[in-house]
Amino acid sequence: MSETTFSPVDTSVDWAVRKHRSLWGDAWRRLTSLNTARAGMVIISVLLVGALLAPVVHHYDPKTDSSLRDRLKPPSGEHILGTDNLGRDVLVRLIHGARYSLLVGIISVGIGLLIGGILGLLAGFVGRGLDNLIMRIMDIILAFPAMLLAIAIVAVRGPGLNNTMVAVGVVFVPIFARLARSMVLSIREQDYITAATCVGVSRFRILFRHILPNTLSPIIVQSTLGLGSAILWAAGLGFLGLGQQPPKPEWGAMLSDSYKFLAKGAWWVIVPPGAAIMLAVLGFNLLGDGLRDALDPRMQT
Amino acid sequence: MSEPVVEIRHLNVDYPTRIGVVRAVDDVSLTIERGEVLGLVGESGCGKSTLGMALLRLLRPPGRIAGGQVFFNGRNLLELGEEEKRLLRGERISMVFQDPMTCLNPLQRVSDHLVETIRTHRPEVSKKEARAQAAELIDRLGIMTERLDDYPHQLSGGMRQRVMIGLALALNADLIIADEPTTSLDVIVEAQFLELLRELQQQFNLTILLITHNIGVVAELADRVAVMYAAKLVELGDVYPLFDAPLHPYTRGLLRSVPNIRLTDDDLEIMSGVPPDLYNPPPGCRFHPRCAQVMDRCRLEEPPFREVQPGRSVACWLY
Repeated sequence: MSETTFSPVDTSVDWAVRKHRSLWGDAWRRLTSLNTARAGMVIISVLLVGALLAPVVHHYDPKTDSSLRDRLKPPSGEHILGTDNLGRDVLVRLIHGARYSLLVGIISVGIGLLIGGILGLLAGFVGRGLDNLIMRIMDIILAFPAMLLAIAIVAVRGPGLNNTMVAVGVVFVPIFARLARSMVLSIREQDYITAATCVGVSRFRILFRHILPNTLSPIIVQSTLGLGSAILWAAGLGFLGLGQQPPKPEWGAMLSDSYKFLAKGAWWVIVPPGAAIMLAVLGFNLLGDGLRDALDPRMQT
Repeated sequence: MSEPVVEIRHLNVDYPTRIGVVRAVDDVSLTIERGEVLGLVGESGCGKSTLGMALLRLLRPPGRIAGGQVFFNGRNLLELGEEEKRLLRGERISMVFQDPMTCLNPLQRVSDHLVETIRTHRPEVSKKEARAQAAELIDRLGIMTERLDDYPHQLSGGMRQRVMIGLALALNADLIIADEPTTSLDVIVEAQFLELLRELQQQFNLTILLITHNIGVVAELADRVAVMYAAKLVELGDVYPLFDAPLHPYTRGLLRSVPNIRLTDDDLEIMSGVPPDLYNPPPGCRFHPRCAQVMDRCRLEEPPFREVQPGRSVACWLY
């Protein structure tokens, strides 16, 4: 074959270059070359830094933070984003609130991904009766309007951040279960699965080494998009007073605490948490879209 | 050519469907000797791939073996349990598929595929050793060892098909089933691939069941040819006698419908009619509605498949 005509120097160079390439490396390169994905990553990084560093850099105790003399002050040098109805600095609360939003996003997507993913994987791989059982339960969950379901769960278990995460997580379970199942169903019909069966690979290994890795990219994309919607869900529940309880600075709760003061012209109590929610969701959606493109197997050339 | 590797006796494969049962392989008896290449030819849908999958016991449901026996190295394949079947695959029987573009897991490196195959059957081999074997193997197949850690999408179609052969060779399987191995390769790559396959076959005395509709590929590689029509075996014989003097009218038609660059358009004969509906096969000889030499007997009685010359069998009332 003609390959042998390469000089040894050429092949060693080729070898060195190729050695450092992996599928994830390629995907990362594609991701970082997309402007939208970059914008998403910048927004999420800012959010992450705020969430991780705020408690370290600045101790904040929401219980003692109020100075009624400074109520509803517009943005100024002292309070960059102004103060709210209890005289609390909006920017400080906003930064400290990032922690709750991210936490809700990660935990509830985690619940949905873990439970839904495993159920979907089993339903798709085992099939028959188990598939029917699992998917009908998922259909029942999906039959409830999602917001109503979340409200019902929180109402039963009591308001609070933990129950918000559980409620949003439960809402995500059928979404991930359906996605995982549909991926397994399409991947297991692929020729390379038959080929692996043909060389005697065990069923267990086929599921975990051949099917599971190939289902990951849409699941990663869905998780990223899910983080955005989880934040929105948490804010919605917070706004209804079912999420994080005051005085803790959750963004949705901040909105619900202060929307009444918009009539008095205090826009700065409303716009920052609203914008923070929007930006966080936007950031995750941009990243999710970017991931979808970067992980698309058709682009693996 | 001592004892046969595979002996198929009166094998039936059924596909039960809502509107009836399709018998995709009907009473096929066939032996494959050690070290021979047996070409299995026929039109699309005649049951040749089903026969291959039945040998691996990998029929897709609802397909099932409805009768007959398959002996592999003297053991009846139809009596094996799940785990025995799994160990048989890859170790004793390997398969090379039609489309190398889709037969390799896109997330696994070439080395992962080979190492997995080796270690599935030889768990005592260390990863390092298996890797060394894999490197040796792809070198023998004419792929640079530097490409051992490439992903499938970094390889050309011909290279991938060679990797597939490598998977089949990794454990010195007693039988390699090659189902349309060159259909998705272009002619140049196909020629190289066939050359390689022939070299390997001679070097390792491989036993290959070559399933194809490409008469040229069969002529290139096979020692013997079996012709299938509508789920039945119609003719079997050594490759050159069979191609030079086909006995069954179907074989004759099949050979005549191969385009030849030296013939003008007028000389290419296209067989009229279509293969029968297997839900409802015609009575008598299944080829009779398309046969130019049809006799009354053909419409009523099914011709038996029997040896008419030494090493030459045919199912036709003409002989």
